[in-house]
Amino acid sequence: MIQLFAFYLFATIVIASAAMVIFARNPVHSVMWLILAFFNAAGLMLLAGAEFIAMLLVIVYVGAVAVLFLFVVMMLDIDFAELRAGFVRYLPLGALVAIILAAELVFAVGAWSAGGVDLAARAAPVVADKSNIQQIGELLYTRYIFLFEAAGIVLLVAMIGAIVLTHRKRGGVRTQNISAQNRRRPEEATRLVDPGVGQGMEL
Amino acid sequence: MTETFISWGMDPNWAWGVATIAGILLIALPLMLAVAMIIYADRKIWAAIALRRGPNVVGPFGLLQSFADGLKVFLQETIVPSGANRGLFLIAPIITFTVALLAWAVIPFNSGAVLADINVGLLYILAISSLGVYGVILSGWASNSKYPFFSAMRASAQMISYEVSIGFILIGVVLFADSFNMNEIVKAQQGHGLGIVNAFGFNLLLFPLAVMFLISSLAETARAPFDLTEAESELVAGYQTEYSSMSFALFWLGEYANVLLMCTLNAVLFWGGWLPPIDWAPLYAVPGIIWLFAKILFFFFVFSWVKATVPRYRYDQLMRLGWKVFLPISLLWIFLISGYLMLTRYS
Repeated sequence: MIQLFAFYLFATIVIASAAMVIFARNPVHSVMWLILAFFNAAGLMLLAGAEFIAMLLVIVYVGAVAVLFLFVVMMLDIDFAELRAGFVRYLPLGALVAIILAAELVFAVGAWSAGGVDLAARAAPVVADKSNIQQIGELLYTRYIFLFEAAGIVLLVAMIGAIVLTHRKRGGVRTQNISAQNRRRPEEATRLVDPGVGQGMEL
Repeated sequence: MTETFISWGMDPNWAWGVATIAGILLIALPLMLAVAMIIYADRKIWAAIALRRGPNVVGPFGLLQSFADGLKVFLQETIVPSGANRGLFLIAPIITFTVALLAWAVIPFNSGAVLADINVGLLYILAISSLGVYGVILSGWASNSKYPFFSAMRASAQMISYEVSIGFILIGVVLFADSFNMNEIVKAQQGHGLGIVNAFGFNLLLFPLAVMFLISSLAETARAPFDLTEAESELVAGYQTEYSSMSFALFWLGEYANVLLMCTLNAVLFWGGWLPPIDWAPLYAVPGIIWLFAKILFFFFVFSWVKATVPRYRYDQLMRLGWKVFLPISLLWIFLISGYLMLTRYS
């Protein structure tokens, strides 16, 4: 009973907030709705018994990805008049995308109801006495180890690529060398001099 | 607790619901009281280190100072700046406060005394603590004012940076404890140090992690010396600048609840949680919750001590510490720990 109630609550909020991501005028509001959608998707994962995936969804998407989104979006200078402009110009392209998506949806639902692929029977069997994390770990690090490492390499390449593309060496910047600062002793850092009158001293 | 309610002749479903709500109240209400007293303690310790008296007017020894302050902000008018984004401006402090309370659900106060004994307790804490930054970012943006916005930018970069190293540090603990469940992590520490000491912190491999976690938790809660988000010499009061009345008080309460949470995490993950410090039978006569509170208070004292003595970091130094010092060391330590465990435990 309570599961059913929770499911409909989470599912409704996911769909409603996903719709609000598109309908919200203000991009920052859009990101906030997106976060709400992520959250409730995590709730749905919990209901499906995948608590590990649910937590990862919150940690990765809400905790990191959405923060970076928000970071970028907050910097935008939003001009609402400009946002509304160009509606007619983008209408044909938008309509085309909408038609393609709708057609895909119709085909997907049609194919699913035709029963070609039995999706329900493909759900992974749940091993009773093992936690979610153990099950995923045992699969990921044995059977899918190659795919796992390949994904890691792809991410590494992407990371290095991003750094190489944006890195620039600037000249004339004084940077702090903390170990050099720590290595300085009072003897070499200070000097006691007693210059005579009119002599001054050299630094 | 559910069993107690059932034994009183309650329907099991109802008993579960009532027990959960009672558990939430049992954690949240003392926590609020603790926050009020800990603010007082913070000010007293700070004052003592600075050779001042600190709050000493309201109540005996000034003990009721926090309540007087609370009443004061409660009676003030809530001002929303005209240029602010009203909805988000008001939601931001609520997010900070709620998130600060949420994580306490998985903290074990004694053997079995935990509201939600879930398998992924530590991941839950990571997930919740990563939400804390939204209150700061949103308040900074919604205030539509320059200093709060700078503060929001700083906060988001700072918290993301330190969450990375905190994540890796926690993996070290999880490897040793062999579980993400908070209670199991505490139990794994029983007799960990040569069968005498109940703490991961006395393990030579884990001690550097414990130190790094303490420093990272200072940065994660934006306490001094990492309080760049509310650096008064640069940003007035940072993200809180435009806030008044209860909306300000919610930030205040949330911040100190987060500080207490981080102290608790230090105690639970590295220093034995509700276990007595030494694995010696008579010490177990003292209830576990007292040991836990003693450890929490000790770490809170360390937090206050650091706040009173260490000067604020510059922003580039903060980033350097997070990305160039803590991240490589914690990564290296994961290799060390898993190598050590492969050699001793699993070979």
